[in-house]
Amino acid sequence: MKIDISGLSKFFENRIRLGIMSILIVNDSYDFNSLKSALGVTDGNLASHLRALEENSLIRVNKKFIGKKPNTSYSATEDGERLFRNHLKALEEIIRSR
Amino acid sequence: MENRSEYIEDIRVIKKVMEESSRFLSLSGLAGVFAGLSAIAGAAFAAIFFLDGNLSISEDFFLSLASGGKESLVLKLALLAGIVLLVSLSLALWLSYRKSFRKGLSIWTPVSKRFLTYLLVPLFTGGILILIFIAGGQFNLILPAMLIFYGLSLVSATKFTYSDIFYLGILETVLGLLAAAFPSMGLILWALGFGILHIIYGLVMYRKYER
Repeated sequence: MKIDISGLSKFFENRIRLGIMSILIVNDSYDFNSLKSALGVTDGNLASHLRALEENSLIRVNKKFIGKKPNTSYSATEDGERLFRNHLKALEEIIRSR
Repeated sequence: MENRSEYIEDIRVIKKVMEESSRFLSLSGLAGVFAGLSAIAGAAFAAIFFLDGNLSISEDFFLSLASGGKESLVLKLALLAGIVLLVSLSLALWLSYRKSFRKGLSIWTPVSKRFLTYLLVPLFTGGILILIFIAGGQFNLILPAMLIFYGLSLVSATKFTYSDIFYLGILETVLGLLAAAFPSMGLILWALGFGILHIIYGLVMYRKYER
């Protein structure tokens, strides 16, 4: 049986980026600190993965202030959502294929 | 394919992260059991000390509460209800906190805030309505209102936690409507809703998710 793995995306080979996208698919938006505790990663690590996803337009950054505190939250773009869903479909097909 | 197990792990991570970030999973089944027990204790206390041992409430009792000079009895009943609420709520908070700690989940997350918002909006509405009923002397409507608004708040919050509480919410609401139709049965239906149903629900949840 021929398996179609063209849906796999290199962006999601990394588990942290995979985790970030999984959260942003089921939540309209999620803030930096909550992402950090949900995924159990360090500031710097999370920031660099977020930057990579943002630079490729897979996620959108929303900066605002709550009182005097800056609050940065993230949402998935349409492109990001499509790419992630295709990736997930390809993963499921690969696993089902045997 | 050597990457196969990696892909399986990927899917597992996706599922886990999606579930944990979109549902508040620290609700404790044991908290339901304790809430049920304290509700039954409260209802029994009310029946013994305020209703002369009767489980049914006579129309005269509601009327007498509304007549002048019964303020201290109203206050005692409110105090009893407050104690039951406080005991249930603090146990629920403590047990949920403990459960989230054990599962390594954080308790104050975007989804737990959303869960609380959707839970508390109908609940506070009901609470305020009950205060209005008390002020207006409509005591027969208090027990039904507790059941109905609690039921609706569960239905409202179910999207952000275990889907099981949807059915609990529907049952509480139905019991509330029955209590409104048959005021004399109010205390029995209240004990059934807040007592027995909570215990059953708590045991089901405990067996399903915590063992």
